[in-house]
Amino acid sequence: MATDVLGAPITRREDQRFITGTGRYLDDIKLPGMAYLAILRSPYAHANIRSVNVDAAKSMPGVLAAFTGADIPYNPLPMAWPAGGSAGLQNNINTPRVLATDSVKWTGEGVAAVVADTPEQAVDALSAIDVDYEPLPSVVDAEKATQPGAPQLHENAPNNIVFDWTVGDRDGTDKAIGDAEVVVRQRIVNQRLIPNPMEVRGDIGWYNPGTDEYTVWMSSQTPHIQRLLLTAFVTGIPEHKVRTISPDIGGAFGTKIYCYADMALVMFASKALDGRPVKWVESRTESYQSTIHGRDHITYIEIAAKRDGEVTGLKVKTYANLGGRLSTIGPGIPTTLYGRVLCGPYRIPNVFCEVLGVYTNTTFVDAYRGAGRPEATYVLERSMDLLADELGMDPAAIRRKNFLPPDAFPYTNPSGLFTASGGATVEIDSGNYEPALNKALTMAGYYELDKAKAEARKRGRYLGVGLSTYLEICGVAPSKWIGAVGDGWGAAMWESANVKVHLTGKVILTIGTQPQGQGHETTYAQIVGHELGVPMDDVIVQHSDTQGTPFGYGSYGSRTAAVGGTAAVKALGKVREKARRYAAHMLEASVDDIEVDGAEYRVKGSPDKKKTIQEIAFALDLGFSLPEGMEPYLDETVYYDTPNCTWPFGTHIAIVEVDEETGAVDLVRYVAVDDCGNRINPMIVDGQIHGGIVQGVGQALWEGAVYGGDGQLLSGSMLDYAVPRASWLPTLELDSTVTPSPVNPLGVKGIGEAGTIASTPAVVNAVVDALSPLGIRHLDMPLTPQTVWRAMRASEVKP
Amino acid sequence: MVSHISLVVNGERREADVEPRRLLVQFLREDLNLTGTHVGCDTSQCGACTVHVDGLAVKSCAMLAVQADGSSVTTIEGLADDDALHPLQESFRKHHGLQCGFCTPGMIMAAADLIERDTDPSEDAIRHALEGNYCRCTGYQNIVAAVRDAAATVRTGSAVPAGAGATPAGS
Repeated sequence: MATDVLGAPITRREDQRFITGTGRYLDDIKLPGMAYLAILRSPYAHANIRSVNVDAAKSMPGVLAAFTGADIPYNPLPMAWPAGGSAGLQNNINTPRVLATDSVKWTGEGVAAVVADTPEQAVDALSAIDVDYEPLPSVVDAEKATQPGAPQLHENAPNNIVFDWTVGDRDGTDKAIGDAEVVVRQRIVNQRLIPNPMEVRGDIGWYNPGTDEYTVWMSSQTPHIQRLLLTAFVTGIPEHKVRTISPDIGGAFGTKIYCYADMALVMFASKALDGRPVKWVESRTESYQSTIHGRDHITYIEIAAKRDGEVTGLKVKTYANLGGRLSTIGPGIPTTLYGRVLCGPYRIPNVFCEVLGVYTNTTFVDAYRGAGRPEATYVLERSMDLLADELGMDPAAIRRKNFLPPDAFPYTNPSGLFTASGGATVEIDSGNYEPALNKALTMAGYYELDKAKAEARKRGRYLGVGLSTYLEICGVAPSKWIGAVGDGWGAAMWESANVKVHLTGKVILTIGTQPQGQGHETTYAQIVGHELGVPMDDVIVQHSDTQGTPFGYGSYGSRTAAVGGTAAVKALGKVREKARRYAAHMLEASVDDIEVDGAEYRVKGSPDKKKTIQEIAFALDLGFSLPEGMEPYLDETVYYDTPNCTWPFGTHIAIVEVDEETGAVDLVRYVAVDDCGNRINPMIVDGQIHGGIVQGVGQALWEGAVYGGDGQLLSGSMLDYAVPRASWLPTLELDSTVTPSPVNPLGVKGIGEAGTIASTPAVVNAVVDALSPLGIRHLDMPLTPQTVWRAMRASEVKP
Repeated sequence: MVSHISLVVNGERREADVEPRRLLVQFLREDLNLTGTHVGCDTSQCGACTVHVDGLAVKSCAMLAVQADGSSVTTIEGLADDDALHPLQESFRKHHGLQCGFCTPGMIMAAADLIERDTDPSEDAIRHALEGNYCRCTGYQNIVAAVRDAAATVRTGSAVPAGAGATPAGS
């Protein structure tokens, strides 16, 4: 191809609208006659509802309707991904209703709703609703919730246990630990996080009484899936009578994957108002209680090794907090995406992981950027450092010793990801971990840091360095895995693409994946430009609307390029092949003699005999002369099911300084070497890494959702929750290695979550290293000045 | 109960009757349909609603519409000079200083205020000036690069200076 746009750092076509204020996010949409919905939320973490009276609210100014849970005949929300595996069939699933009827399980669960002419009137009228609650004792800590005497949330879940799931070889791991030369044990907490995309969630429901059809605009990563879930499971409205549309999405990070009660509520309300469109947009403070949280694990680790650092066993028991009721894929995250990838990039012969999923009186927990893999990576990378500390080894050396070598692939991981799946095998297909480690060590000047440590001490500071050598699973997912007995997934996860080359030569690519800031309109156009040789300006990438488009599973799990991108490549390949056959017809040549060079289709050996893709599209659209059996028009659709997941990896290194007086941690340098395979647009890849790293650094140092013992969310607004700010961060130093994925023709893996997965343990390892002269070997996050200061003061070791 | 206000928005004189409790951001978004100014929180932390009031960056969620009576307001929609984008708009695109775009209008307005006052800000100065504006996508790295580049453009005089769009036409 002449000038290949694939792999080029092309600026984004999306940006024009965003830099001029002409993006169109959900709350920017106004429809004629639109009414506004507000939700009354429980002030109690746990209570029975004796009664809900909305009569007084109905007579408030501007109020059009008010509803209680009893008014809404819909089913509870679906739960689409049970733990499966050893947990078997779960019969203790409790999901939210559209509005609660009998009880509330967390502060913020919706109990009533008002629709009014203006948003202000709707919110005002909430104060006129009378709810009679019978408060009950509550529990917010997952470990405590399983203990005798704890408040019980659901009758069908004794001791609040959603599932007790195990994976790996219990006996073999116990033996490895019993026989080990060294065993290190540690309890670690992976604290609860509030994801905080800058745009909150919202929906607009519009019932058309003339057609008996619904249109729902939603800030969703998965409009196709939501149409399916809302119709088949929640409302009973036929699927073909609902159209869902996602407008511009102001960030999501997982929070906008799920089926939320408000989606059904705006549909119900619009029908109740005979077709007035009804908008609901959460406030930020409301969002902190009504949109999912992430992480929240308490974990007990035992890691066994030989004296030379060779790891012989890893045993993990985790209490995973899932909230008061289950979110759409809550149970799948701390099981399949956690326990099954616990070995990371290391050869660990004996692994056993037990996860207790637990109900507590907190907001539901589901996939947040990384989703299970950050928790697994944190466990593993902290364990490697604890072991290195115990053995007096260099943390880089112990990692190197245990890495899977480049000739180990394809590799079947003993934590059971790939063997428990009813015979389906999903292997780690490729990897070469040492070059990334070596490059990062060089960039960081890792082996010259002793001098810097000594110099920092003269300034009253402790300098520390921390490593994280992560392996990620992304590009979810092969249907053979999903459909395999015992893994519990509720749906397939293939992806779709449709390509139309119109009469004028302009190309429309319609994709099933769903951007939330990743720049899909640009990267997919690069793929089209590469595959068809057309100018990128002649390409439009459509998405986010179920009307007239192939079903797509949306964007999450760093799957878009690997799965959706491959669907596009294959659809474009079909277009090219048909164009080639038609070129042969036009040029009166054999198909085998037509060679394709970018947009040109030429007869071999006769370079003057050629047609462009635009000429071919023109003639094919007209259809005046068609070969026998050929349909007019260049229009091809592909549904693509990936044969395997993809496996990005890399090494991140954090260098921190801790102030000896205040305990304040400064992130001084941050080095990241990531291998996500080939890069469609390296500028966008780097942007994903930057943002990912900072979210993971946020968890390490600042962020944390905090509940009081009574179930009140103390970090209840942006005033109380520490979203990272520009002034807290250094310039991140990035580099890469490139090991193309053998799974897909683009050779891509996925990069949306890698930064978040890698960075949290790198930073914590650095802080612990900094504090090691004080005898400190572990601290739980976030490593705020208070946490660090207290640990320093409590230390009996004086350097 | 309503109050009458008269102000200049993006160079155009606007008159309106507003409830006393109406925030400036609601007035801009709901009454004037200037939806480029965003609402990202309800506690004045995020800065997505940043606009210029009489040439200074202001979080428009922290100001009542009635307080803007008699003022000149510039929003992201009014920042470009006719066909020419503001240097910050160009540099945010060039440096990939945005991903989802939700914080971008507020971020650009806050940065425009900075480079109006300091056309050679250090990285540190930029990071501190943007402390009241949250971005969850970019890790701020490319935003900082974009602001430095735009400041250089303004400094060397090759483009429209910051705040040019704020000139009130009807006052």
